[in-house]
Formats: sequence, C-alpha cells, structure tokens
Amino acid sequence: MHAFDYQAPRKLADAITQLSQLNGSARPLAGGTDLIDQMRVGRLAPQTVIDVKKLPELNVLQADDTGLRLGAAVPCYRIYGNEQIVKHYSALADSCHIIGGVQIQSRASVGGNLCNSGPAADSTPSLIALGGVCVIAGPQGTREVAAEAFCVGPGKNVLQPGELLVEIRFPAARPYSGSHYRRFIPRNEMDIAVVGVGAAVELDPSGKTIVSARIGLGAVAPTPLYAEAASQMLAGQEVNETTLQQAADAAKAIISPITDMRGTREYRIHVTGVLVQRVLQAAVQRARGETIDYRPGR
Amino acid sequence: MKTKTVVSTTINGGPVEFLCEPRQTLLEVLRNTLGLTGTKEGCSNGNCGACTVLMDGQPVVSCLVLAVEAEGAELRTIEGVACAGHLDDVQQAFLEGAALQCGICTPGFIMQTETLLEHNSTPTEDEIRFHLAGNLCRCTGYDKIVRAVQAAAAKRQAASQK
Repeated sequence: MHAFDYQAPRKLADAITQLSQLNGSARPLAGGTDLIDQMRVGRLAPQTVIDVKKLPELNVLQADDTGLRLGAAVPCYRIYGNEQIVKHYSALADSCHIIGGVQIQSRASVGGNLCNSGPAADSTPSLIALGGVCVIAGPQGTREVAAEAFCVGPGKNVLQPGELLVEIRFPAARPYSGSHYRRFIPRNEMDIAVVGVGAAVELDPSGKTIVSARIGLGAVAPTPLYAEAASQMLAGQEVNETTLQQAADAAKAIISPITDMRGTREYRIHVTGVLVQRVLQAAVQRARGETIDYRPGR
Repeated sequence: MKTKTVVSTTINGGPVEFLCEPRQTLLEVLRNTLGLTGTKEGCSNGNCGACTVLMDGQPVVSCLVLAVEAEGAELRTIEGVACAGHLDDVQQAFLEGAALQCGICTPGFIMQTETLLEHNSTPTEDEIRFHLAGNLCRCTGYDKIVRAVQAAAAKRQAASQK
C-alpha cells in the first residue's frame, strides 16, 4: 500500500477542517472494507486517511418515537443487533445481515456503503425505501439530501471536497407498517446483487389496503433508484396480485440495467419484476405483524 | 509526516506495544512485526477469512484493518486459543474430525467458530454455514468443518450441563 498520513480526530469540526484543508486529497475511513482494499490495489491513493470512527456524531444509533438516527460510521453488526431497528426498520437490518460475511459486518458501515456509491450497494435500496435523509456536514455548514439523491453515478455522489456524511435520519415508524430488503444472487452468501429490492409499506388498520409505499432498487441502473411511480401508484390500492404486478411493471419501466457476468440486461429486468412483488408481499406481511418466510443465505 | 506511530494494544490478554506505519495492515504487523504467524494471509482483500482475529470481541479480517486502528483495542489471535498447552474444544474437534487439509484457512475458521459458539451454543447447520460464509476452504468441501463445529458445540454443551 502507498504511504499516507493517518488522523483520528475526536471532534467533527476538526474532521471538517482537516478534510477542507486537504481539499480532496484525504479520504474518510469508517470500516475500511472498501477503502483499504481500494488503496491496496492502487485505485485510490489519498495522501491522508481520516479515521472518522472516533467522532461521536458518526456513532449515534438512536431509535425512538421521533425516528431513527443512524451515524455514518455505525457498523452493520450494531444495526442488526438493535431490536428497535429489527422491528421497525426491518429492511435496514435485512441489508446489514447480507453485506459481506460476519467479519465484514463487524466493520462495514451503512454510511460507508452509501459513500462508496456502488450501484449494487445492499443497504441503499433500504435507505431509500425507509425514507432516509443524509445529513452532510461541510465547511459551509450542514445540508440534507434524500437517500435517493445521494449517489450520482457509479462510485460518485453529491459530497463536495471537505464534506462528510454525518448520519442518516429516518422518520418515526408508523403503525401497520413493514419493510424488507432482498437481493437475488446465484450463490447463498458473499455475493454482489444481480438485483436488490428494498420496500416499505404502510397499511390501513384492516391490513388490506396500502396507505403508502416506497420501493428502492439496486444493481439495475448507474445508481440505486427510488421507484417513484411504482411506489405512488400503490397508495390507496388493495393488496392483491394485480396491484403488486402493476407496481412491478412500473418499477421495470424505470430501470436501465447492464449485461455483465452476473446477468444479462433482460434477465435483470425480469428478476426486478419478480423481486419487487416478493419484497412488497413480505413488507405487507410484516406490516400485518406476520412472520415472513425468509432467512438470509437461503 | 507518514512517520511511524506507537500503537498500544492488548493481545491474547497481555499488553503489546508496536511501531507501525499507517499503511501497514494489522495482518502485516501481527505476522511480520510481532511474529504471530498463526494468523494466515489468504486473499488480502477481505474475501477468504484466513486472517480472522477478534478485535474488541468482534471477528474482523485483519487484512482490512490498519494496524494504527488497533490503538487501545483488545485483540485475540489463534495463538491465544489453546490454554496452557491444551487445545480448546474447537481446535480438538477440527483435529479429530479431520476438518482441515492444508491448514491455511484453519486459524480463521477456528476464530470465527469461537465467536459463533460464544453467542449461540446450539447452532443449526444453516446457522453454522451462514456464520462461516466469510471463511473459504479450498480443500475440505466444508462438510467436515461443519461437523467439527457441531461436535465442538455438543462437547461444550455437555460440559456446561455437568
């Protein structure tokens, strides 16, 4: 690995100052599972690595009736180890359970997964489905960006030099709501999504009608997508095969997948339709308080 | 700038200080600086799990940890598993069940198994396979490893019920 400086600031303001002064030649280090590998192969060669794990703001993990605050450096194992998240933000816990293996989950953070901005990132469709808002600190102050607007291309995002993702905030969990994330991979574990779908739904008290829904899609476009039309057309609809099929068709209409070693464009389009329906169905079941037939790695 | 840093850690229960550059991984320092060569280098990109060690109780692949990040951390490596010259239940089960051939992946599998059994004393086969998915073995075909983990779990379970 190339030689670099290492800083581990304990104050957010110091981290922002360091990032600003180094003007793009520094990289934040959270779990390092992407960054260290990218430095090892020479794809990235920052002059300074700024370890952000000692910043209290980036370690916040707080779920209560005002919503969820997820610090950008919180590793996956803390996320799926949090009962409130498993119960009320299930899609996020689902994602964290299948990012790499257990060793990777000890270190990898959802904030890092988002900032790495890979099109197939497993946590981003869940952030989109759950209405996540990214809180970004920079030399000019703080700004907020919706999760679906954070990535702008493969490996590219809205962060400007000197800016740092601090946390992702989610609205309070509503009654009669549920969410799920699932990806399709040809192996059982340790693979990159061919297609990944996150969905969150809120039902009426009868459990039969959808009040609102949000669908996030991964690995089918240069960035993770919010399937806006598909999500909005579900509002007020009864849960049945026809409405879920229509949402799946609307989701398929906005994707632009590539053909690569994991699947052809046509295959990914087909799988998107299947997964959207299955994930919506699972989110509905969870919203009804039912247990879904899903185990990661199966 | 880019100078060596002193890092203070606890390794296998004892205090250890070492000098390293920021670019050195924990795996490099364990093996090359500290001579703890039980931890193996496999892929060096986080896929194979051969370099698994415990950092503050969590299993990590030491090839994707900078050694400077270990400041203040409590580390456990394969050298800290056997006690007073006696193999522990997991090591013994791997040995008796022939759950290894070339042995390069074994320290990582054993460390990862220790973390599984610590949290789940009666894992199912699915749970074992899922927990060990980040550890690759190119020799055994995994079945003997899974059976060794089951044997170690059963032995510990029996011991705890005595």
